[in-house]
Amino acid sequence: MSETGSPPRAFPRDSLASRLIQAVAGLADRPMAWIQRAVGGRGMAYVFLAPNILFFGLFVFLPIGINMAMSLTGGTNLFLSERPFIGGDHYRSLMQCGSYLDPASCREDHFWKGVSNTLKFTIVQMVAMVGTALVTALVLNRKIRGRGFFRAVYFFPVLLSPVVVALIWKWILQRDGLLNGAITLAGGEKILFFVEPGWAMFWAVFVSVWAHMGFYTLILLAGLQAIPADLYEAAEMDGTKPMRVLTRITLPLLWPNLVVVLVLVLIKAVQTFDEVFVLTGGGPGTATLMVVQYIYETAFANQVQNFGLAAAASMMLGTLLFALTMLQLWIARRKAA
Amino acid sequence: MNRIAMSRAASLLRQTRRPGRLGWTDILSYAYLALGVVLMFGPVLWLVLSSLKTPAALLEFPPSFLPLTQKTISVPGHTQPLELHRVRLPDGSVKELAQIRRIGIQATMIDPANPAAPAIRVPIEAREPVREVAFAWSNYTEPLKQFAFGRYFANSLFVTLVATIITLLINSMAAYALAIYEFRGKNAALLMVIGTLMIPITIVLVPVFLVVTELGLNNSLWAVILPGAATPTGVFLLRQYMLTLPRDLIEAARMDKASEWQIYSRIVMPLTLPALAVLAIFSIMWRWNEFLWPLAVLTKSEVYTLQIGLNAFQGELQTQWHYLLAMTVMTLAPVALVFVFLQRFITTGIANTGMK
Repeated sequence: MSETGSPPRAFPRDSLASRLIQAVAGLADRPMAWIQRAVGGRGMAYVFLAPNILFFGLFVFLPIGINMAMSLTGGTNLFLSERPFIGGDHYRSLMQCGSYLDPASCREDHFWKGVSNTLKFTIVQMVAMVGTALVTALVLNRKIRGRGFFRAVYFFPVLLSPVVVALIWKWILQRDGLLNGAITLAGGEKILFFVEPGWAMFWAVFVSVWAHMGFYTLILLAGLQAIPADLYEAAEMDGTKPMRVLTRITLPLLWPNLVVVLVLVLIKAVQTFDEVFVLTGGGPGTATLMVVQYIYETAFANQVQNFGLAAAASMMLGTLLFALTMLQLWIARRKAA
Repeated sequence: MNRIAMSRAASLLRQTRRPGRLGWTDILSYAYLALGVVLMFGPVLWLVLSSLKTPAALLEFPPSFLPLTQKTISVPGHTQPLELHRVRLPDGSVKELAQIRRIGIQATMIDPANPAAPAIRVPIEAREPVREVAFAWSNYTEPLKQFAFGRYFANSLFVTLVATIITLLINSMAAYALAIYEFRGKNAALLMVIGTLMIPITIVLVPVFLVVTELGLNNSLWAVILPGAATPTGVFLLRQYMLTLPRDLIEAARMDKASEWQIYSRIVMPLTLPALAVLAIFSIMWRWNEFLWPLAVLTKSEVYTLQIGLNAFQGELQTQWHYLLAMTVMTLAPVALVFVFLQRFITTGIANTGMK
């Protein structure tokens, strides 16, 4: 610590990052000193907090209010003052269905198609994602050579952009692509993966598992490594069957992490858009159209931009996500306790 | 998970505790890992190899593994280089000949070693092209010249850098306020930060678009940069880290008459560098890869980021795959580099914070 009046230096001055910080921060010294004189030392807390809160307010909280107002107004104008109040009409038209089990019978058939696709996608993807991540984490948790390398192999797609991921697979799955080449060499017939609805959905799930599995594997692996080794040693000494070790030690102790992963996957899956949109464009027809794509297209991509309807749909999605996040926080709390 | 997989996983686990022998469970797990390498790396390798193929080679079916092209040879007396073929001659011998022309199913061939000899006519089934590995580097150089690819790249770079700097600055300031001070409304502020966790951009697409339009930022890169600059995860990560810093340091600095800004910028910030680095890496990743919001807000091609540019390019009626593949490789290259150098850092960061 410094003994003189100059500001203390608690870090090596020679590192590039710290010198950069010094130089830039120095510029703000004088104005910040004035502000401090005006608001006092304690008041500076608000000054430090202000920019972030301003951003949150402008781009998160204010928009929530606007979204609500927008969903209750009609017309095609973006600006609220130009939009007539129509009450719950948008919500009513979203909910207007002959039968909720048949999206085609609904007034907003694309919305319901999106809901049913997202539901299908979410269920299948959750099982596939958590299953593969768990098996991979269990394998990576063993004493194997080159563990760091293998962990990196499973993890790296997490960093790729959804557009890149989708294009990589689109190229492999196209009509004359690598996979159809292999199928032909094996004596099979070419499959038009993006023309058959079932295949398109399959690959949408597959590609999103491929891209994100590494992330969940890492979380589960961290959980596995936190299990005390002496538990396994004790089980070994008792000659416990491996199956029992898994069901009585590993899985119960991993359970909290597993639940966290499940909820995280769920929250992400409900918002699926990027990869699937670039991979299939929601097609064939509307076979892989997700709710978020419906919202995006209703507001931005359609001929007539229906901001109100999109806002109403996103309010409904938002309510669901809110409930799911509450669930997540509740679980995290219970885990901590 | 089904029962078989479960018991398999169980025996994998037991094997871990038993050093020495290579049991069948080890073999099984190495097989699983090998399959993983093929499945995870294979597609990217295939992308890179394909991106080096000529348009003609890309049309081939079934596709060849390496980028191959027809080998050509210059023969005296012919102005154009001639295609080289391996030809089965009527006497049963096989010879490499150059093709002068082909009419229907008949090809006229000449021996490049002996161009003076009379040309031979052979049926085209008797000849097979000689091919060599050749990389079509023009796939990479052309997009830089022909398309606005360089522009997109520069836009993405600008967005990523500026957004990351703003994020680091305002998030660390907020974290500092929430970690060091006691003030009225602190709990409300903390609650507000938690609240934003629940509101992804997906939900507020339309109203944020309205806000951005009101601010006059439509079709500017600032429309992409600003809305995501304040991140709840960033504030939490930095605050947790700052809470562990010794308070004496700050008290001593106050005694020394350092201003609050100086304490934040000269003492706390440098000590928080490890956490700042983690947030920086995440922010770079988020921004470089961001898709939905830029897609909604950027409608003019001169402000497209790489991701939006790539998506627009693949959506065209006649997709020029040879350029598209090369551009995809160029888009993932910076991320791949970051990963190679900072892999351990990123994975431990994720394992510790659980964020992505």
